[in-house]
Amino acid sequence: MVSQLINANPVVYEIKDRPARVRQPAEEDEYGADPIDQQEIFDILSTVVVVRRLNHIRDIKDPEHPYTLEELKVVSEDAIDVDDKQSHVRVTFTPTVEHCSMATLIGLSIRVKLMRSLPSRFKVDIRVAPGTHATEDAVNKQLNDKERVAAALENPNLVDMVEGCLSKTYL
Amino acid sequence: MEVEGEVELKELCRLEGHTDRVWSLAWNPAAGGDGVPAVLASCSGDKTVRIWRQNLAADSWDCTAVLDETHTRTVRSCAWSPSGRLLATASFDATTAIWENVGDDFECVSTLEGHENEVKSVSWNASGSLLATCSRDKSVWIWEVQSDGSEYDCVSVLQGHTQDVKMVQWHPVSDVLVSVSYDNSIKVWAEDGDIDDWRCVQTLEESSGGHTSTVWALSFNSNGDKMATCSDDLTLKIWDTSGSFQIIDDGHSPWRHICTLSGYHHRTLFSVDWSREGIIATGAADDAIRLFVEDKHSPIDRPSYKMILKKEKAHEMDVNAVRWNPKDPRLLASASDDGSIKIWQCSC
Repeated sequence: MVSQLINANPVVYEIKDRPARVRQPAEEDEYGADPIDQQEIFDILSTVVVVRRLNHIRDIKDPEHPYTLEELKVVSEDAIDVDDKQSHVRVTFTPTVEHCSMATLIGLSIRVKLMRSLPSRFKVDIRVAPGTHATEDAVNKQLNDKERVAAALENPNLVDMVEGCLSKTYL
Repeated sequence: MEVEGEVELKELCRLEGHTDRVWSLAWNPAAGGDGVPAVLASCSGDKTVRIWRQNLAADSWDCTAVLDETHTRTVRSCAWSPSGRLLATASFDATTAIWENVGDDFECVSTLEGHENEVKSVSWNASGSLLATCSRDKSVWIWEVQSDGSEYDCVSVLQGHTQDVKMVQWHPVSDVLVSVSYDNSIKVWAEDGDIDDWRCVQTLEESSGGHTSTVWALSFNSNGDKMATCSDDLTLKIWDTSGSFQIIDDGHSPWRHICTLSGYHHRTLFSVDWSREGIIATGAADDAIRLFVEDKHSPIDRPSYKMILKKEKAHEMDVNAVRWNPKDPRLLASASDDGSIKIWQCSC
């Protein structure tokens, strides 16, 4: 469990208004040939939250501050590359601080969210933005090793944390 | 081997039954050939092991047993003893189970405990007297098989890798063990008579022509004078493993890099298997199976290898394992994240 507060006062950004997507009836069909694009992936990821567990005494009454990846600008639309034809998605995320111990959890949550939302034909690569994390290579290697990811997702504590990030109950 | 004409990989059968990704496969070495049905074991993220038997009359494959309720997490790998009587299964639940095959039944006769966390691979030596296991705990364990195969004594715990160990495989002839790791290195282990224990006798890493990312798997050719390794660095590497470790001397490098096959794979290679006839198959995260052979026009002292087939979309998702049948060297099995196993016939 992450108990250390790394960034007590993260910068929270205002959410940009995005035009609502006009959904064609065909899009409801998950087997339809609807192309998947950058905005679609961003919409999927924008609601993922980073649940901050604070251990400062002054915060004890309010131990959790959920912010979405969008609010913290951890993921932006520009940092998503999609090649629908080649069934490939690449997400580059920016941890809030260089030594963010949450980086692996954020990456894992992004992976699980996409695994659940995208058709299984998609290959997903997840990376930390270059120069934004102290142990960038180690985080990237772990997030893209599917055996390590599979083992992590059999760990009930870790799954609880990921589910926390993916739950929409904070809304 | 000589390859003439068109090489083809024809899908004979698709085996369905696992409810999660299939990680690994093992052909029973005592079954198959000469009108005897072949037998294949598969293991999966669904925590079970399935046994499949060729139905020669119906030209199909039947699932004859499901080994469940023993492992509590993913079963990552499986291996038959050389006699085909015992099946070892390695699991993320930190244990290795030994199953005895009696008729169509499989009974769990022993559970090997000791690793701190996920066991990733298990391998029997050529005589069936030793078993090796490896884990995310960075260690490789060697177990001595007692009497009838229901008791196992740990004879050595080998430390040396700095990250989790992905696979262990014994040399097909001598008692030399190879391990490959997330730390990008390949380590060779042999028994040192002077200290009466096992130790690392050679490390093949980047400076010795080795890999630059996780090494996922290895396979020896049939006589053991060459080894292929595959990696997340998108390369397949061939090693000369004819050098012996009889004189153990630090700084001595009996095994050496022969060549690197790069540019063929564009996503991680998870599996490699060298057929008795010399065809190297790879399974990768791009859903494809590729076949390579030694180029007969290359100089003997400097052999090179060429791709003879790329089977695109062999599966709907990542190919995690490829295994040639030991008796019928043109029969290939593959396993995938899509939950299926496929049996292929190679013609060339």
